[in-house]
Amino acid sequence: MNPIQVVLILFALFAWSRVVNGLRRGTLPLTPFLLWTVFWAGVVVIVVRPETTAAVAHVFGVGRGVDLVIYLALVVVFFLVFRLFARIEDLERQLTRFVRAQALKDLDKP
Amino acid sequence: MATAKRVIVIPAYCEATVIGHVVRDAVRVAHAVIVVDDGSTDRTGDEARAAGAIVVRHAINRGAGAATSTGIDAATRLGATAIATMDADGQHRAEDVGRVLDRLDQGDVDVVIGSRMIGSERGRMPAHRVLFNRIGNLLTFVLFGVRVTDSQSGLKGLSRKAADQLELRTNGWEFSSEFINEVRTHGWRLVEIPIAVIYTEYSLSKGQSLGGGFRTAAKLLSRRFLG
Repeated sequence: MNPIQVVLILFALFAWSRVVNGLRRGTLPLTPFLLWTVFWAGVVVIVVRPETTAAVAHVFGVGRGVDLVIYLALVVVFFLVFRLFARIEDLERQLTRFVRAQALKDLDKP
Repeated sequence: MATAKRVIVIPAYCEATVIGHVVRDAVRVAHAVIVVDDGSTDRTGDEARAAGAIVVRHAINRGAGAATSTGIDAATRLGATAIATMDADGQHRAEDVGRVLDRLDQGDVDVVIGSRMIGSERGRMPAHRVLFNRIGNLLTFVLFGVRVTDSQSGLKGLSRKAADQLELRTNGWEFSSEFINEVRTHGWRLVEIPIAVIYTEYSLSKGQSLGGGFRTAAKLLSRRFLG
């Protein structure tokens, strides 16, 4: 096993421990807990046996497993950036509404 | 009180050196002047109040569009029947603002835009500003379907009806074009009147930069297509 594999597995275990913690403290519902568990388990499988991705990649018509992982990661990142962008716009609007309401409240005072 | 009440709204961000002068000029042509201090870090609010304005303060900076909206809301609460907005940097002349309000007082229009691009004063604008302005007008026309000669003018007038119906959603400079969109949405009667602009080194240093213009254009596009 390469050092990078050890590091990645340790990180996956650490991340999963946070997920378990969330479930125990009740801050993370069961469904997201299961999804995250499957996700980190998948990460461990890919790290230990990278060739498994090749089989999946082949199904999708992508040459190499690593390429598939990168494509998927890019799609996810784009989606997250868009979501963040929309969320920030929404927050900006709420903030403006609050600041404006506050300003006008001061006007009503004698 | 059934008579006309003329109110001037001035959105201001860090204009302490000039705001007092602008307000003292403005009070001569209106019943009340409202300065919206948009989270300034200098003495803009104090200077405006000392000069005779009613000051409404945004706790943090939210942009010219948000400040203008707040000012217009405040004006309607004061019972305004005609409202004019003007820039805080001293580029507009009080007599032009007075003429915008006079035009509204005639009662046959809902919106007046003071245009720097018509009349005898045309051509005094620096060349690069004219270019930016044309691009702004074109973008406004393409996106919102209303043709005006000065879509980015800060000197505008609204009747009480228009002020009550107005709903701006953008915060920054792009509100000027969004305002034009509101004209179309509500079917307001619009006129443009020629105004003069006083370009000082100070007022030229404010305003929109090229990068700011691109940001404004991007926000307009997102406002038009993403809502």
